Amino acid sequence: MFSPARAWREFPQRYRLEAAKCSGCSKILYPPRLVCPECGGRKFTQEALPRDGKVVTYTVIRVPPAGFTEQTPLPLALVELTNGVRLMVQIGDVEDPESLEIGMPVRLEFRRISWDGEAGVIFYGHKAVRAGS
Amino acid sequence: MRDVAVIGIGMTSFGELWETPLRSLWAEAALAALDNAGVDSVDLITIGCMSSGLFTGQEHLASLLADELGMAGVPAARVESACASGGLAVRAGFAEVASGLCDTVLVTGVEKMTDVDGADATYALGTAADAEWEGFHGVTFPGLYAMLARVHMQKYGTTREQLAHVAVKNHANGLLNEHAQYHLQIGVEDVLDSTAVADPLNLFDCSPVTDGAAALVLTTVERAREIAGDKPVVVITGSGLATDTVTLANRGEIAELGAVKLAGERAYAMSGRKPEDIHLVEVHDCFTIAEIMATEALGFFDLGFGGSAVEKGLTSLQGKIPVNTSGGLKSKGHPVGATGVAQVLEIVTQLRGEAGQRQVQGAKIGMAQNMGGSGGSSVVHILEVV
Amino acid sequence: MTIGIVGYGAFIPRRRIKLEEIAKVWGADAPAYKRGLQLYEKSVPGADEDTVTMSVEATRNALARSGGVDPADIGALYIGSESHPYAVKPSGTIVAEAIGAVPALHVADLEFACKAGTESLFIAQSLVKAGEVRYAVGIGADTSQGAPGDALEYSAAAGASAFIFGGDEDLIVAEIVDSFSWTTDTPDFWRREYMHYPRHGSRFTGEPAYFRHSMSSARGMMAKAGMEPRDFAYAIFHQPNGKFPMRVGKKLGFTHEQLETGWLSPWLGNTYSGASPIGLTAVLDIASPGDLILLTSFGSGAGSDSFVIRVTGRISEVQDLAPKTRAQLDENKIYLEYGAYAKLRGKIRMAE
Repeated sequence: MFSPARAWREFPQRYRLEAAKCSGCSKILYPPRLVCPECGGRKFTQEALPRDGKVVTYTVIRVPPAGFTEQTPLPLALVELTNGVRLMVQIGDVEDPESLEIGMPVRLEFRRISWDGEAGVIFYGHKAVRAGS
Repeated sequence: MRDVAVIGIGMTSFGELWETPLRSLWAEAALAALDNAGVDSVDLITIGCMSSGLFTGQEHLASLLADELGMAGVPAARVESACASGGLAVRAGFAEVASGLCDTVLVTGVEKMTDVDGADATYALGTAADAEWEGFHGVTFPGLYAMLARVHMQKYGTTREQLAHVAVKNHANGLLNEHAQYHLQIGVEDVLDSTAVADPLNLFDCSPVTDGAAALVLTTVERAREIAGDKPVVVITGSGLATDTVTLANRGEIAELGAVKLAGERAYAMSGRKPEDIHLVEVHDCFTIAEIMATEALGFFDLGFGGSAVEKGLTSLQGKIPVNTSGGLKSKGHPVGATGVAQVLEIVTQLRGEAGQRQVQGAKIGMAQNMGGSGGSSVVHILEVV
Repeated sequence: MTIGIVGYGAFIPRRRIKLEEIAKVWGADAPAYKRGLQLYEKSVPGADEDTVTMSVEATRNALARSGGVDPADIGALYIGSESHPYAVKPSGTIVAEAIGAVPALHVADLEFACKAGTESLFIAQSLVKAGEVRYAVGIGADTSQGAPGDALEYSAAAGASAFIFGGDEDLIVAEIVDSFSWTTDTPDFWRREYMHYPRHGSRFTGEPAYFRHSMSSARGMMAKAGMEPRDFAYAIFHQPNGKFPMRVGKKLGFTHEQLETGWLSPWLGNTYSGASPIGLTAVLDIASPGDLILLTSFGSGAGSDSFVIRVTGRISEVQDLAPKTRAQLDENKIYLEYGAYAKLRGKIRMAE
């Protein structure tokens, strides 16, 4: 389980989906880093990710890691946003796992991702939900 | 660069070894390898271990284990590349001998996984993914490979049954390996009917949680010939190591294993061999889909044809290119840090003609491919008998 | 100075449970409950939804309708709820961080049973009116608790609404004309520290609490503003069940037509601090320029806040800029059985 400090330092990315746009080649990096893997550029401007995208691939985890029992079955997806950025997220509000499919349009919503038991800190971030629902 | 030979091999049985602690597992394999080589001293010990800290609460293995052999004072180094730690230990030992820094190296791999419960083991293995941007969201390793499987199935038409054939074949091979964790004959239906772990992967698509250790003794070819006398000498002719993005989100093409392809190309280049030259291969079948994708990345089959190859029997013991004659991670077991070393050990066993009922007749050139995470690292070795 | 709502939004979870499904578990007379309480189903939060997550989504919807309010210009943010995820640690900071309003703003979590939502609206609009801040956000949100088997279990639901208040006349979609509050000490419903579920005075929650405060506040509001029921296009009351808001409205002289747009509880349940403010979002979704709206909340303990709101000509420009409340209520529902509901609501004792 993450310490509060470890979660806190990523709040701009987890809460506001802040990414870095390379001043050299315009590649968008999420999360931001110090050097662009595309062109080696080291200058960036801040840019928020769009919240719409589609599922590249997905699974439904039946045997969860510690801390995710209450959210099992746990659907996870690699999502590609409209600007081409990909990120790994849970899929929320899945009524029927059989209804999931590659290419499914999704929208990122603010959700609890996990929590440190009854007494510990709650980790927030984004999950993908089927767009238009 | 000097030529490097494998002159000693040793391993524990793989399984849930409740009575044996990490240090004894390791020492049993190390002693067996030293005995097999006929040497009693080495210049260096390399240890592949993924996460003794999370699995047993013990770090600082290099010194601890050197002392366990009564070798305190000997240089020792632990290397880590998730599930490719064992392969990396082989690579590190190879580099030391090839470069002339050392003449004789004890290469080892070990993992003691059953001292934690299933959830903690799942967590420990999960640390091979990107903790911040994958693990945070609840990703597990079956989950990551399930996502790779889903894409492979969609892009190439790989079927659920083809995945199952990997497990069926490897269990059939494992029946012939006394060290294997499972001696179990299964059919395709057994895999399809086994418990869902991460759709579309079921329990029988997954390698198990395993305790075990494996060891090799490497030395120069000249010394190997002195020691071996008229016995055949197995030489490492190619070694390739490569990385890829740990995070699937950063990987351009996820239906291919880029690190495996690169590591394979580097090993082929060093040895001057091509896929057609290889007589048998041990690949990193941590999940059934991984074997299919690895055989494609290593050039044994075109992209998208790894699934039909296993279904047609091309990778079985009597097939065109026998894959995972040891039973693979699936049947032999997957003590993560030991796996890469045990894969090389199987190739050496085969090339020496000592594989008994699972012997590939006429095997002269073999390959071992070890992989970390969801393909974030890979080590490939080519071995030949001379 | 004219001040008003420059952006509004709601968030309703997709999960629902039908009244019959709960009644079945407790051997209750479902048809009688449906008639008596006028409750058919209620929203249920997922394990990953809470007051904070719903508030973030509701506030994002409000920002989408705000005509480009820069979150950095939001000077105050208040969340009223009786289900803040933390007993100690603010919900509002998480919401402010998520919408990009930090760090130059004032934040507070409010609690006043089901009135906490309008309390946040009251304070937010007051600060804008006083010229203390350029924009202020008021949020009402709850993942309401109701003890298993208690009458509250049939109604306790989840939802959020958020309102951005400002004084830019060209941005205001609904002007706050006037406000009024009516408060006494009436212990009709409470939850002590460390308790999972609230307790209540049963029928004492009715006449002396809900009806007396709601009616006194609404009458006081209309008297202060010099208005009568017929002046309003819409009226919205707190909605602990389906029956009470209709009954209080009719007793005050409002018609079914004036009440029904903001009357969501039969299908939504009681979203506690979210209840009457979510009703207001449903009204704003279809209101026309010039419409007058009466909003009266009720919070046990007890008190009511009332507002007179006048819809402006800009309303039609923003109604379609975010998901409408009625659509969230009526579409894409996921129905739960009691077992899954009990799991999601933390009613199953887990291994340590």
